[in-house]
Amino acid sequence: MALLEVEDLTVSFAGSGRRVTVLDGVSFTLDAGEIVGLVGESGCGKSITAMSVMRLLPSPPSRVDRGGVRFAGTDLLSLPERRMRAMRGNRIGMIFQEPMTSLNPTFTVGWQIDEALRLHTGLNAEQRRARCLELMGLVGVGAAERRLGQYPHELSGGLRQRVMIAMALACGPEMIIADEPTTALDVTIQAQILDLLVTLRRDLGTAILMITHDLGVVAEYCDRVVVMYAGKVVEKAPVESLFARPRHPYTTGLLASMPRLDSGRGPLASIPGMVPSPGSRPPGCPFADRCPNVLPRCAPEMPPLETGPDGHAFACWNPMP
Amino acid sequence: MTAAAPEAALTSDSDALLSTEALTKHFPTKDGAGVIHAVNGVSLTLRRGETVGVVGESGCGKSTFARLCLRLIEPTSGTLAFDGGDLRALSPAALRARRRDMQIVFQDPFASLDPRMRVGAIIREPLDIHGVGTRADREREVQALLARVGLPPDAAQRFPHEFSGGQRQRIGIARAIALRPKLLVLDEPVSALDVSIQAQILNLLAALKRELGLSYLFISHDLAVIRHISDHVAVMYLGQVVEFTDVETLYARPAHPYTEALISAIPQPDPSRRRQRIVLKGDLPSPESPPPGCPFHTRCPKAWDSCRTVVPADLDIGEPGRPHRVRCHLHDPALAATRPAG
Repeated sequence: MALLEVEDLTVSFAGSGRRVTVLDGVSFTLDAGEIVGLVGESGCGKSITAMSVMRLLPSPPSRVDRGGVRFAGTDLLSLPERRMRAMRGNRIGMIFQEPMTSLNPTFTVGWQIDEALRLHTGLNAEQRRARCLELMGLVGVGAAERRLGQYPHELSGGLRQRVMIAMALACGPEMIIADEPTTALDVTIQAQILDLLVTLRRDLGTAILMITHDLGVVAEYCDRVVVMYAGKVVEKAPVESLFARPRHPYTTGLLASMPRLDSGRGPLASIPGMVPSPGSRPPGCPFADRCPNVLPRCAPEMPPLETGPDGHAFACWNPMP
Repeated sequence: MTAAAPEAALTSDSDALLSTEALTKHFPTKDGAGVIHAVNGVSLTLRRGETVGVVGESGCGKSTFARLCLRLIEPTSGTLAFDGGDLRALSPAALRARRRDMQIVFQDPFASLDPRMRVGAIIREPLDIHGVGTRADREREVQALLARVGLPPDAAQRFPHEFSGGQRQRIGIARAIALRPKLLVLDEPVSALDVSIQAQILNLLAALKRELGLSYLFISHDLAVIRHISDHVAVMYLGQVVEFTDVETLYARPAHPYTEALISAIPQPDPSRRRQRIVLKGDLPSPESPPPGCPFHTRCPKAWDSCRTVVPADLDIGEPGRPHRVRCHLHDPALAATRPAG
């Protein structure tokens, strides 16, 4: 059974006199110990999906119109807030893009890692101290004693991200949601942090939902991938299958527009036009107006997301061969 | 192999559009007690019609170097030549006139466009300042520029906030090319954009370069983008160019361990070729107190004693006519001999 099941999740926001649907029927699963990449460009709904799973979206203006989120068999959307708080931090950890916005600048690093342990475990002060030091070792922070006494601004971006991972791991969560965990980091530091996440999955069996705009990160670190466009899942597949044979024209276009280390240096195959804004999406496929394969039925009629025997699913009336 | 002769980098050949020699910028620290070595002796030549990519991580000095090249900030020392003339010798008025030929495009087009000006006025402003043609000529030119960068004619009447990130970057580019400059300095021009929009802007830049005979100094942290657009590449680390050569050589046979690690660290969209990457340990040192010897030795997987004490020379290990400059003792036979086996 899947650890996380997101089923037909549909979320809207109230805005200037009307409701705008931002997530439309999003479904995917994450198994225990698995790394799944949720990938797409700005505004595709990947972060909204993560925030909805964690119930961190302010409501109002947001509202879940349809669908469900189950974690280890528990329906998260109907959970009382008190139990949801216990779920966050305890069984589900979160890592954000910019640690500075989620770390409290007025408390030491040690105080902040300790907080989760104070709230969610029955450990005494001495045991918690030992656990904090253990966590710092786990995420590869040297001179742990000294670091625990420092404030977030005294640390580099890479160290802050490690501290945030230590906080997310404090209570031994079964799943971590990582929202663009390395986007703000330099490439050599990004490699350190991604390697750390993969090591943690291997050693602790933590499942990771990796939200990213970078198909390179997906290819190198994920087991399965969910491609989102304009609030919808357009393709999902095991990583090997998606990159070997992408079927949705949006996925193909995204891959072709990436400058690569192993390709020619001629013009990039860019996708014409822009992502439609949430208020102006067609009833059918949201990619229709930019799609090279478009058919008359595409804009009025959304194709179903059907899964083949190889676990590869795509929502397209006229897929790539 | 020889130490790069200093005059080789100077503007003795008329092919050079921009050249710097030992260009240096030190900033005082906030408390005034220390010095930040932002750019530390950079010698670089950009030939007419080519794109030189400058790549490195945060704090390596690449953006400071870009601003020095236009004299938007004053160098502490070193020489700076543009189009055969000494840029550092120019009076403020002469420098302003010279800037017709050298323009800059920034990463965040929103921060660099005046939100209260209409797009037409933003693009026309450089033409107004330099008194190009009549008012009607300038309006016609704005329309031609909009078409050239792929924006609709009615864009001139609208304000920057009405445009997406990619369109705003097109506006910034239209303004930068309005005076038909010889050199465009592009400071992370596509870093804030989604990949499909980034591709549109990279294609536009390639087309403009060809049509207008431009030369680019292209600053980026992204090695895949740099490979795509550049003819020559300079890799910077802590204020220094640690490697410089043509793009093919750099990516096929990187000579500096830092370049090698940078290339290896880029995630590639091909799961069938998951690689054993070189993961550098530790953080970037502060440019306020760069390590002694080779500035990279604290993170270098190949460093030995000499690296901690001796500053690497600027060596040229390239074929004749194909410079390949590297600052690493591994390429200095005398010093490499001191490296312990294994």
